[in-house]
Amino acid sequence: MKQSVFVIKENRRIAEGIWKMVLAGDGTAVTAPGQFIDIKLDGRFLRRPISVHDADEGSITIIYKVLGHGTDDMTRYKPGKQLDVLAGLGNGFWDPGYGARPLLIGGGVGIPPLYLLAKQLRAAGMPVQVVLGFNSKADVFCVEEFEALGCDVRMASADGSAGVKGFVTDALPSPGTYDCFFTCGPLPMLKALDAAIPAGVPGQLSFEERMGCGFGACMGCTVPVKGGYKRICKDGPVLDREEIVWQA
Amino acid sequence: MASVENRLAINLCGIELDNAVIPASGTFGYGREFAEVYDINILGTFSFKGTTKEPRLGNPTPRIAETPCGMLNAVGLQNPGVDKVIAEELPAMAKFFHKPVMANVSGFSVEDYVYTCEKLDKETQVGWLEVNISCPNVHGGGMSFGTDPEAAAEVTCAVKAVTTKPVIVKLSPNVTDIVEIAKACEAAGADGISLINTLLGMRIDLKTRKPILANTTGGLSGPAVFPVALRMVYQVAQAVSVPVVGMGGVTTAEDVLEMMMAGATAVEVGAANLVDPLACKRIIEALPAAMDKYGIKTLKELKG
Repeated sequence: MKQSVFVIKENRRIAEGIWKMVLAGDGTAVTAPGQFIDIKLDGRFLRRPISVHDADEGSITIIYKVLGHGTDDMTRYKPGKQLDVLAGLGNGFWDPGYGARPLLIGGGVGIPPLYLLAKQLRAAGMPVQVVLGFNSKADVFCVEEFEALGCDVRMASADGSAGVKGFVTDALPSPGTYDCFFTCGPLPMLKALDAAIPAGVPGQLSFEERMGCGFGACMGCTVPVKGGYKRICKDGPVLDREEIVWQA
Repeated sequence: MASVENRLAINLCGIELDNAVIPASGTFGYGREFAEVYDINILGTFSFKGTTKEPRLGNPTPRIAETPCGMLNAVGLQNPGVDKVIAEELPAMAKFFHKPVMANVSGFSVEDYVYTCEKLDKETQVGWLEVNISCPNVHGGGMSFGTDPEAAAEVTCAVKAVTTKPVIVKLSPNVTDIVEIAKACEAAGADGISLINTLLGMRIDLKTRKPILANTTGGLSGPAVFPVALRMVYQVAQAVSVPVVGMGGVTTAEDVLEMMMAGATAVEVGAANLVDPLACKRIIEALPAAMDKYGIKTLKELKG
């Protein structure tokens, strides 16, 4: 964890309710894809945890969905504004060597953290299959970015206006074409994927939870796992498929 | 001589502290996450995560909700249990924190409190026992001891019998007359009183029309509660002669001074740590200038 000031370089709408923000500052605190940053907003008590889409030495890019007052405030932030940011939070996707033929599955605003992972997996020379799920064509974002990395991208949308009609589970490549998976998205999607992907295929799943601090102090986001419990913010947000205890 | 005197030093129940600033239980874990970003030995001390006899997973999530100028939590005393705290957390803490630490203890029966306090009494790292009779987020215990003067006195008396360490009883604000509870604890032998724990509150999610917190209700903390806390600290400090540890929404050096002017000997900082991991460091660093501004030579002079 590192606290520092970042300056907004870019903040623009890229799809229905989806915004992209580029922050200039010390990006070296981000040590793994799938980590998140925690942003202090004016007039809001708790920070807002947002996953890292991309990072390099001098910048961090986030893609956020307008879900409440805080993220709505963020859409009005202009380039040049300074933000107090905690960076390098969470474990992230921890083992790019999990398999040699990874499958990445993202749903909606769960897609962004998979981008830095895809970039690193491609840089390591792996073939990367990607399945992206949206509600409809108006929500689609990031597809070209994954294609530009050389990923094999499939798409699903609930209303059929983009890619396969249905959910990401309807657009999965055939078993045997991948030997591990990485995913982030809404809880029902994660659950459905765990049921759809053959048992024995290793997977890392990124979870979302309401957080207090975002760095492991308040125990506000603890969930049970096999053999104990984990703080989603500090021990997660990425959990191993084998340790997950699905809640009713 | 005044020039070498530590202006920020205070004495809490016979133990000298370098300053009056103490991160509050439940907002600082066992210190590890904060030790990653600053040397926490600059603190007066800190009160570690509320510890119970048995391990507790705590409440289901969501456990956190934002409020204007604050937050609700319903963590429900998640902790690994006193045996694991002694076996694992205290030795780990010894590597990065070298001062007496405040052990926060909770329970569901008098026997629970006695069991946990007796074990922690043997730990040399522990300076004080902060006995929490005020957790609003667990059922059939915790706060129920803190809302009845007789029960509060019974816990205090039982704990005092098994420890030689100073016992500070942490009170709930969710009562009609907190002074009555504080007096009962003092009469039962409490060496100090800390207050306030969180104020019971709730939020509803407009989309689902259901409470945000899985526990329905939770404890309110943050700057929103500061005036309520200050008032209660003032009332209790007027009524008891043992030291009072004030807490509730403290965020700045000025808040610390205000709490001490209300009668607090030391001040705990809670929710501020969760928003700014460096909050206590910033407060300690800002204290001398704030004291200069208001003509305060030493913190000790505020509490005569």
